[in-house]
Amino acid sequence: MGNNLDALTTIFTEFYYWVTVVFMFLIHVGFCVYEVAASRRRNHVHTLMKNIMVIPLVTVTFFFFGWWIYFAFPNGPWIYQGMGIDFDAAKGARPWDPAMGTNLSDHINGVFWAAFLLFSWTAASIVSGSVMERIRSGAFWVLAVVIGSFAWIIDASWGWHWDGWMVKMLGYHDAYASGVIHAIAGGFALGVLIVLGPRLGKFRDDGTPRDIPPHNPWLVTLGLFLIYTGFWGFYAACNVPIISPEVLDGQITGVTWTATNIYLAPTTLSAITFNFLMSLSGGLMAAYIVSKGDAFWTFSGGLAGIITASAGNDLYHPIQAMFIAAFGAWAAYKLHYWVERKFKIDDAVGAVAVHGYAGFIGLIICGFMLWGQPSSPYAGYATINPLGMFIGAIIMFGVLGFLPGWIVAKILNGMGMLRIPSKVELEGLDFESSEAYDAAVADVIEAEKALV
Amino acid sequence: MSTNGMTDWAVDLAEVGAVYPFQGSEFLMFILGLAFWIIWHVLQFRGEKHEVDHEMDADSSGDKARDVIGRY
Repeated sequence: MGNNLDALTTIFTEFYYWVTVVFMFLIHVGFCVYEVAASRRRNHVHTLMKNIMVIPLVTVTFFFFGWWIYFAFPNGPWIYQGMGIDFDAAKGARPWDPAMGTNLSDHINGVFWAAFLLFSWTAASIVSGSVMERIRSGAFWVLAVVIGSFAWIIDASWGWHWDGWMVKMLGYHDAYASGVIHAIAGGFALGVLIVLGPRLGKFRDDGTPRDIPPHNPWLVTLGLFLIYTGFWGFYAACNVPIISPEVLDGQITGVTWTATNIYLAPTTLSAITFNFLMSLSGGLMAAYIVSKGDAFWTFSGGLAGIITASAGNDLYHPIQAMFIAAFGAWAAYKLHYWVERKFKIDDAVGAVAVHGYAGFIGLIICGFMLWGQPSSPYAGYATINPLGMFIGAIIMFGVLGFLPGWIVAKILNGMGMLRIPSKVELEGLDFESSEAYDAAVADVIEAEKALV
Repeated sequence: MSTNGMTDWAVDLAEVGAVYPFQGSEFLMFILGLAFWIIWHVLQFRGEKHEVDHEMDADSSGDKARDVIGRY
């Protein structure tokens, strides 16, 4: 580090990202609470374990190759100007590089890696709820690594990187990850669900769906509330807290330091605070009305609202964010039930709608709302536009989301490794552990009674 | 053409203020926002009345009410 101001800026930035990582942990506490509560009692321990093991598996694979992909792939492979794999830029992200360890010359790599890692966990956790109560844990954990350490980080390299080809060529703008996390995870989940099939008893003989209620509706909403809390960390982590025009070395003139979005274009923490709260509110209000006050859908709608507005929440006016969120929440609810009825898709928690459709819609809306605005502080980049955003939405939801999910699920299914047998599904995933639990309880009770 | 008047970032940030799209429509947005809020309350009252009316028509014997009271 050069002078004291550089040192202060670096240490502040390091601490800023560290704090966001701690907040984002709450997203995963929330996912655990929410999914365990949404499952039926006979499945809840397996559901919990399915979620928690995402953490170590995505962490180690993100360390081994996910982080390298982010720096190596912004223009490739073979998409923009030649092979497009930037081995030089990725030099500090190879797992054997000194910068990937305790290194007194580096105060950023670890916290930046961790912030992105928490996004990776989120991508995998979004998928986990949809597929619960009938997917094999091992299959889900393979899928979690595919979405968490491959697919999403490729999409981030392409569309969530200051040098990404989607930003340069399409004017793709997705500040708080409507597409790069939510649409891709929703699309991935849909691909898996089509192969996995519905839970037993979900559809009647005449094809109409049954509601499979959660075993603890109150805890489901508490889990979603924890996800909202963690989402604050997500939003802050999507920004660069402070940077000078000189360091940016782009078009910006003058000497005013600024916070930026991931594309290094100016925004403020204050602006995203306004927009986070107003989009949460628009989503909650719309979802309450469209679901007639259903607790699960009201809370889910709040989330869908934030997700819809996220693509442009660095720039929207708060009232615009509120209306965009309200529309997204309404649409997510309607689309969830339409897809369920029409295509017999059993999405246990509505994740495809809340994340996938809401994220997709959010990208489209952003293309119109921010039409003509610069996507980058660097010269020569396409401006934000509806066509570029639409193509981006297809890439996120379809190409990097749905397609890999469907392909990997097909492979696992072909090997007989995707779904648990019907007998096990009916007994419950926790059947063996429940039997062991009951036997242990009976044993202790008998032993204690004998001591009386 | 740009929804916020900016087509690039070749600016001095000391001279930049609002950057949200469709500046000049703030008051209109405020009125629409107010309308959204008021309409929400109207729809909510109607929905809740419908729910309460439905509950009034149910359980005329009182058996289910006694049961839930007993379960506390």
